Amino acid sequence: MAIDVAREAGPLREARLRVSAAFWRRPRLKLLALLVPPVAAFVGVYATSLGALLASSFWTSDAFTAQIVHSWSLGQFRTIFSFHDPTYLRIAARTVEIAAAVTVTDALLAFPLAYYMARIATRRQRSLLFVLVLLPLWSSYLVRIYSWTTILSKTGPLNWIVNGLGLPDTHLAYTNWAMWIVFSYVWLPFMVLPIYTAIERVPGSFLEASADLGARGGRTFRSVLLPLVFPGVVAGSIFTFSLTLGDYITPALVGGSSSTLIGSIVAEQSASNLAFAAAFATVPIAVMAVYLAIARRLGAFEAL
Amino acid sequence: MRKRIRGRHLVFVALVALVGALVAPTVGVSKSSGLPTSIGKGEGALSVVEWAAYTDKSFATKFEKQTGCKITRKDAGSSNEMFNIIHGGGGGGGGQYDLVSASGDASLRLIYAGDVVPVNVKLIPSWKDFLPAFKSPPNNTVKGLHYGISIAWGPNTLIYNTKKVKPAPTSWAAIYDPKYKGLITVPNNPIQMADAALYLQKSQPALGIKDPYELTKPQFDAVVSLLKKQKSLLKRYWVYPADNIKDYTTGDSVIGATWPYQTLSLQGAKVPVKEIIPKEGVTGWSDTWMLTKRAPHPNCAYLWMKYAPTPQVQAKQANVFGETPVNPKACSFMNKIVKGSCAGYHLNAPASYAKSIRFWKTPIADCGWGGRKDCMDIQAWNNAWAGITG
Repeated sequence: MAIDVAREAGPLREARLRVSAAFWRRPRLKLLALLVPPVAAFVGVYATSLGALLASSFWTSDAFTAQIVHSWSLGQFRTIFSFHDPTYLRIAARTVEIAAAVTVTDALLAFPLAYYMARIATRRQRSLLFVLVLLPLWSSYLVRIYSWTTILSKTGPLNWIVNGLGLPDTHLAYTNWAMWIVFSYVWLPFMVLPIYTAIERVPGSFLEASADLGARGGRTFRSVLLPLVFPGVVAGSIFTFSLTLGDYITPALVGGSSSTLIGSIVAEQSASNLAFAAAFATVPIAVMAVYLAIARRLGAFEAL
Repeated sequence: MRKRIRGRHLVFVALVALVGALVAPTVGVSKSSGLPTSIGKGEGALSVVEWAAYTDKSFATKFEKQTGCKITRKDAGSSNEMFNIIHGGGGGGGGQYDLVSASGDASLRLIYAGDVVPVNVKLIPSWKDFLPAFKSPPNNTVKGLHYGISIAWGPNTLIYNTKKVKPAPTSWAAIYDPKYKGLITVPNNPIQMADAALYLQKSQPALGIKDPYELTKPQFDAVVSLLKKQKSLLKRYWVYPADNIKDYTTGDSVIGATWPYQTLSLQGAKVPVKEIIPKEGVTGWSDTWMLTKRAPHPNCAYLWMKYAPTPQVQAKQANVFGETPVNPKACSFMNKIVKGSCAGYHLNAPASYAKSIRFWKTPIADCGWGGRKDCMDIQAWNNAWAGITG
């Protein structure tokens, strides 16, 4: 300690003290110094790229050179929302449908699992389940999707089991059903964790009180547990819903002949027609905004 | 496939251009043609925009040792991306990149945009050995000027499972045949529409298709309607070549459009598949090493263009990437690396074979024949393809 003081003696120490005194005298300055770096990062990296995305969606791309032409137009949106050629509306609707199906499936799968982890499991079991839920996230997402193409393929393990039971081949490989299964699998951890946190926060005494008042399991679930856990379900659904809206690897690897999603088009057009890709990428943003507005109406954020 | 933010490099590019101008290398230049007549000493560096593995270390390290030109690489994910890199940053490679391995659907755009310059093929000794189709192909040679040298190519072939598909197909009609409903796979790529146009050119001569990349509205509509009908017969559209291999190992697909790379991998794994050139002919792709207008290291670029088409290097590249060399002398070296790969990649086929391939080019409204300006452009192709697959 004595050495530290000695080393800091002189003008350096004086400067340090002066700075800290200045911060002490002006708390607003301190706050500013603390906030500027994260806010700058947020604005510089996050908001700017989003702004660039929104701006370029109103531009056009030159057909021959694929360069952006900076003239404002609604042309890209007219192509997307064209009822004359509803290709992109169809793709958007398909994407939202699959995202919704995946979200509902994950919520139904995650709730009992999270409940077991939070309320019933012993400490050891809980740790084990945590590892099992998180384990897939430690391996490559691409490898996991790819292994599903093997599982579902014509000569894969699924048909081997099904045939062993004397049943005919499933024809799940390269269909929208396959996309639904794989999406539900890859995003499940993102649903389990928020629901687990929400259930854990519900005091056990609430459930006991409900039982004391004569409510059975179903009634307790509907009137006590679900309303308190609902924000957790919504938090999880934001992940599963938005992740599905933007994905393009899963449709490319497990999708069939009618499995193009919003993400596929954005990925494909981002090189040849950046303006259109940007315009189409705003659709998930709009969908999520509507989704969050509905969730808010349902009171999902009141408990936050 | 990756996104870019334009203008990001501006300051950097300006700096590089300035430095490039200051240390402008000396190259012997002919007064009349403006083309160099000799290759000077290497500048110690070479910067390329390439398809991944086009300057693979397995053959590039030797070049770096011989010439002292240290290669820096930028891999592109698509032709559009490749074009954007070279055309962006002020054009002509932005004073940053020397060479680009452009495919036929980007090379003409680079030439017309003024981003690449003619090269003197007399400085490339292997050039005279090239297959005739690749000495002065229309996708890199304009008005007798060679904007780069061809490097490799590949056909888009018809593949089928010999046990499941009988009789053996001879025509592209097989991938539009309801008999194979749910067992057909085709690439997910707008330029794939040219395959359908090629089929219609022969099967429906009344449409008057002359060039599968130059389609008028009625011809284009016929192609789109054929492909929309085909959609209900498809298992899927494949995106990644390695993933396409799986369709045939698992039996999810028994017939479809593919590349020799997939067929050879499957045959290597003893899957009973065969690939053919159907009687209508095939489309194909071919790549060219092009020299950028503002190349900072033109000598190293020429040294690479001289090195890359030599037989041993061609053979290595062909087997690393899975494609066909332009230099037939590579044949014996290919077989030394992988037995039978020369025939597998059709390098031993007669010269007429490569000539019969309709190589990719960018569809533009201003099509070459009859002074027409009403052909469907690349944007129309992209939109129509989204409408078919989406």
